[in-house]
Amino acid sequence: MGQTMVEKILARGAGREKLEPGEIINTPIDLCLGNDITAPVAINEFGKMGAEEVFDTRRVVLVPDHFTPCKDIAAAKQVQIMREFAREKRIENYFEIGRMGVEHALIPEKGLALPGDIIIGADSHTCTYGALGAFATGVGSTDLAAAMALGEVWFKVPSTIKFEYHGKLKPWVTGKDLILYTIGKIGVDGALYRAMEFGGPVISQLTLEGRLTMANMAIEAGAKCGYMEPDQKTLEYVSSRASREYTPVYSDQGAAYEDVHQIEVNELDPQIAFPHLPSNVRPVGEAGNISIDQVIIGSCTNGRLEDLREAARVLKKRQGHPSVRLIIIPATQEVYSRAISEGLMDIFISAGAAVSTPTCGPCLGGHMGILAPGEKALATTNRNFIGRMGDPQSQVYLSSPAVAAASAITGYITHPEEVVQ
Amino acid sequence: MILRGQAWTFGDDVDTDVIIPARYLNTFDPHELALHCMEDADPDFAKNVQPGDFIVAGKNFGCGSSREHAPIALKATGISGIIAVSFARIFFRNAMNTGLPIWESPEAACAIGKGDLVLVKGREGVIELPEKKETYQAAPLPEFIQQLISNGGLVNYVRKKLSRDTISE
Repeated sequence: MGQTMVEKILARGAGREKLEPGEIINTPIDLCLGNDITAPVAINEFGKMGAEEVFDTRRVVLVPDHFTPCKDIAAAKQVQIMREFAREKRIENYFEIGRMGVEHALIPEKGLALPGDIIIGADSHTCTYGALGAFATGVGSTDLAAAMALGEVWFKVPSTIKFEYHGKLKPWVTGKDLILYTIGKIGVDGALYRAMEFGGPVISQLTLEGRLTMANMAIEAGAKCGYMEPDQKTLEYVSSRASREYTPVYSDQGAAYEDVHQIEVNELDPQIAFPHLPSNVRPVGEAGNISIDQVIIGSCTNGRLEDLREAARVLKKRQGHPSVRLIIIPATQEVYSRAISEGLMDIFISAGAAVSTPTCGPCLGGHMGILAPGEKALATTNRNFIGRMGDPQSQVYLSSPAVAAASAITGYITHPEEVVQ
Repeated sequence: MILRGQAWTFGDDVDTDVIIPARYLNTFDPHELALHCMEDADPDFAKNVQPGDFIVAGKNFGCGSSREHAPIALKATGISGIIAVSFARIFFRNAMNTGLPIWESPEAACAIGKGDLVLVKGREGVIELPEKKETYQAAPLPEFIQQLISNGGLVNYVRKKLSRDTISE
């Protein structure tokens, strides 16, 4: 029996020929990361472990992105812990405000996550880097502390479920719609403890950005990781960015999958996840007349340049609805800068949008767009749990950037083709 | 060691945003976090939970964010631990690493009602419901994790490894 990409990456890490799902291994890591919520806890545990230095000053990444620019004194103290630790331990990849981005958008852009890598992050959306052909998974702060100290981590080898997408995507259907549809099909624990391999002709045609969006939300199906095998597009993306060696790894022909899902996309419409689970998905045409108070376009899921271009395509020469607060958050400084040079910012500001510096902010109900009781938001983010974006009586719907932009214009959940003829 | 307390019941897919909302994550002080634990699901929980009580829940407990603040907050409420049909992956690791006891038992989780008296023999994972005269056995923890726990958890494991102490098998 052949092995899947994830089994092969972990086998190489563990110095083994072959691994079976369920085995527990210890492996060196290529990268570990934390943010302003999780890193302070990890730094505290790192101290308790009696560790003095991090295992490699180039392979630890710390990004203050969640409550930054700091929303209050308590948040500022958390970032202070992280900043001082980064300075003291001479961590090369600490990204300060003004040079940072939402970590899972920033790290691929900086060439820090590479094909074949083993990556852990104290943030559940660390699974994003699977889109580059890495094994990447979220852990908690104590695991991050152990990884910073030892440079290694234990894993149970996951079994893999394959998702093959066939057919041709309709206009306005994106990676976000594919992943929402998939989560809707299997449920929020449909891939619990498993790896999700995304493949088939539709994935080959998808841009890297669309793939990053898909892998990003593997955790919303409970998965340990989600990934695409690297291809020409992946290698083009990473080759200009990488500053260290990497070795792409591919699933064997005849690899053993726990299950294989064939998904036909020809009839797939843009998808909406209704409150309060990412699996509560319906096509936009069946959403009904849902009026919204706020639209958020951004986050590690959909705050990259392609996402902003999609939103701008809909918003160009149009006005946001007077009763909708439209908030657009480029995910990194580079995205922000390119959005200005490409004229996207003018489109957004003319449409009546508030445009912010990179932050996770409203996605997790931190700041920059918190909801009051009874309010409804449509967001390009990844979670719509109770109280996720503010008051527990508020509601969050999830969609692609184009649907979010179209809905910001009409004031209710809308297919982009209704707005753009 | 026999743990004893009343059951607080919750449904499927209890996420970490509900366990401890992100608006409180500008601190990791356990007592501060415990004051807001589960408040979006049950505002009375943090006020009325008694030391030793149990949380009993459905499948996929602790899904969503990787915040370790979730098991930290739960542990600081003084509960004995959590009995659930299943646990989300990152939460499972975090519970082990923070010393929050958890037991996976679909049968027990389904049998226990709100307010039921629950007794658990911690190490063996035997769950008793004296009022219903029922006993259940939780799934044993993987051997590797038992070993990690007997070495004093991940923090002590790393400490020993850094000081090149012997790690017992």
